Amino acid sequence: MPNPADRKYSKEHEWVLMESDGSARIGITDFAQTELGDVVYVQLPKVGDSVTQFSQIGEVESVKAVSELFCPIGGEVTEVNDAVVKKPELVNTEPYAEGWLIKVKVSNASELDTLLDAEAYGKLTGEG
Amino acid sequence: MVQKQQLPITSEDYQRRLLMDRSVPGRTGVSLPALDVPEQPLPGTGMLRDDLELPEVSEGEVVRYFTNISQLNFSIDTNFYPLGSCTMKYNPRVNEATASLPGLAQLHPRQSPEQAQGALELLHGLQEYLKEVTGMQGCGLVPLAGAHGELSGILMMRAYHMANGGSHRRKMLIPDTAHGTNPASAAMGGFDVVAIPSDADGNMDMEALRREATDDLAGVMFTQPTTLGLFDTHVVEMCRIIHEAGGLVYGDGANMNAILGRVKLADLGFDVVHLNLHKTFSTPHGGGGPGAGPVCVNERLLPFLPEPVISVEKSSDGNRYVFSRPTQSIGRLGGFFGSFGVLVRAYTYITLLGGQGMLDISGNAVLNANYLKEQLRGYFDLPYDRICMHEVVFSAKLHSGVKALDVAKRLLDFGFHAPTMYFPLVVDEALMIEPTETESKETMDAFAEALRRIDDEAANDPDFLHAAPHSTPVSRLDEAKAARQPYLRWRPD
Repeated sequence: MPNPADRKYSKEHEWVLMESDGSARIGITDFAQTELGDVVYVQLPKVGDSVTQFSQIGEVESVKAVSELFCPIGGEVTEVNDAVVKKPELVNTEPYAEGWLIKVKVSNASELDTLLDAEAYGKLTGEG
Repeated sequence: MVQKQQLPITSEDYQRRLLMDRSVPGRTGVSLPALDVPEQPLPGTGMLRDDLELPEVSEGEVVRYFTNISQLNFSIDTNFYPLGSCTMKYNPRVNEATASLPGLAQLHPRQSPEQAQGALELLHGLQEYLKEVTGMQGCGLVPLAGAHGELSGILMMRAYHMANGGSHRRKMLIPDTAHGTNPASAAMGGFDVVAIPSDADGNMDMEALRREATDDLAGVMFTQPTTLGLFDTHVVEMCRIIHEAGGLVYGDGANMNAILGRVKLADLGFDVVHLNLHKTFSTPHGGGGPGAGPVCVNERLLPFLPEPVISVEKSSDGNRYVFSRPTQSIGRLGGFFGSFGVLVRAYTYITLLGGQGMLDISGNAVLNANYLKEQLRGYFDLPYDRICMHEVVFSAKLHSGVKALDVAKRLLDFGFHAPTMYFPLVVDEALMIEPTETESKETMDAFAEALRRIDDEAANDPDFLHAAPHSTPVSRLDEAKAARQPYLRWRPD
């Protein structure tokens, strides 16, 4: 699955997509879900929590391992994807769409500049 | 000609039915004797429920049901069990014989110490054995499992720092190869865990260690030999750095069968060590019985041992054994005196083998692991290619598309338990194999041959491996479905 060019990526394998209302939608990458294997449990922060860039905000558990989830951008959590909590396999099947995790009201947009674009992230994970 | 009647279900389905599904209304497995006492009403109400679903089956059906499912078990009594880091060694039957002696088995925990001097002498003797094995000054037998022993050690380290003006010492260093219980125990004890990476040889990275040896250091938790099956050659230097920074050194004794009788952890600089009696000293393990994780300490931690400790009062009438409480004890960790039956078994094992036996354990444990390493060299990748200790860690990376999981599942078809997989975390697709000292060369040869055949299958028929196991009562399970939709108990339709 190609990494969409419309978003930014962290070295910890999360993606950030800026929405038209200025909030950021966050998920984990296709590379991350492939490495993890079948995801069976997702633990996310609560709406209203404030998160700082690169801090731990939750966990993704697969049949192989429990991995920490880091927030690629700081702000206030405005929405949590309940669908993915109920059906964690969405992270495997649609990591860039229905498998999104949280939305954040970004406090400092310049943090985006510290993230990778799709091409650089692809290089990091050994593509191209 | 008689037409054969078609069975409504296959015999396999019948064999697998749960007891609840074998129930027939009105069927009974017991016949109660006639009432020969006056009838009494039950006191109060609500003591009996009639809404419980209980199976109605005959005695013969119950016996067949449980006999059949007991035969689905995989155990050390039936098959080779090379589960790395778990030390699934043979449990000698003589341990069971002594643990069943009426004088030990029927002792009541509230019996007065005067009436149980023999049992207390045995516990005292085990304390002395474990002190000798570790080189330590004191021993507490009460922790009920390895992780419980870790927590005891951690609580003693905390009590030591608190008593010595070190309440700011919150940082616990743990190598990236550690058992997962180590950081969990440290966190439960209120410490902040900092991971220390391994260097290219599989030893602890000394530069990283020096950087973290600051004045808020509480100590380090270290397994020697490590979970990579390697004797960390930096260990003496590590202990020196920790002690100079004011910290304490915790030793996870999970891998003691590699060094029994040859290396005392106290001599290397360790301050506290827990021992897994169910690993090193052959008591039942896993589903077979409760564990026991005694803790041994040097002089600095002696006052903090959990109570009770067995002490001896010597007099002209002979020895008298008593329960005692160390002066600054961290307190009780459970009821009574630990897993007494397990302690009896370990005492039996050590007494019968003696000092030479301890040397034979470690010698054979290391020889066997190195034998398997050489038998499998070239078939599986060796990320840390050194002389190993009691276990060897391979990486199942040689064939693309075949994972450690596939190798492990296929081994079941050959009648071998799978090795530990995906641990330690620093090795990709890890297969961690520990033959233990109790296996024969013939068993290890058969195991190595099975792994070489699996390697051949990985190259020529990977799909066959992906679907393995093929000969077990159930084949490859859908682990994701099992975790997402756990079906844990029978419910009426």
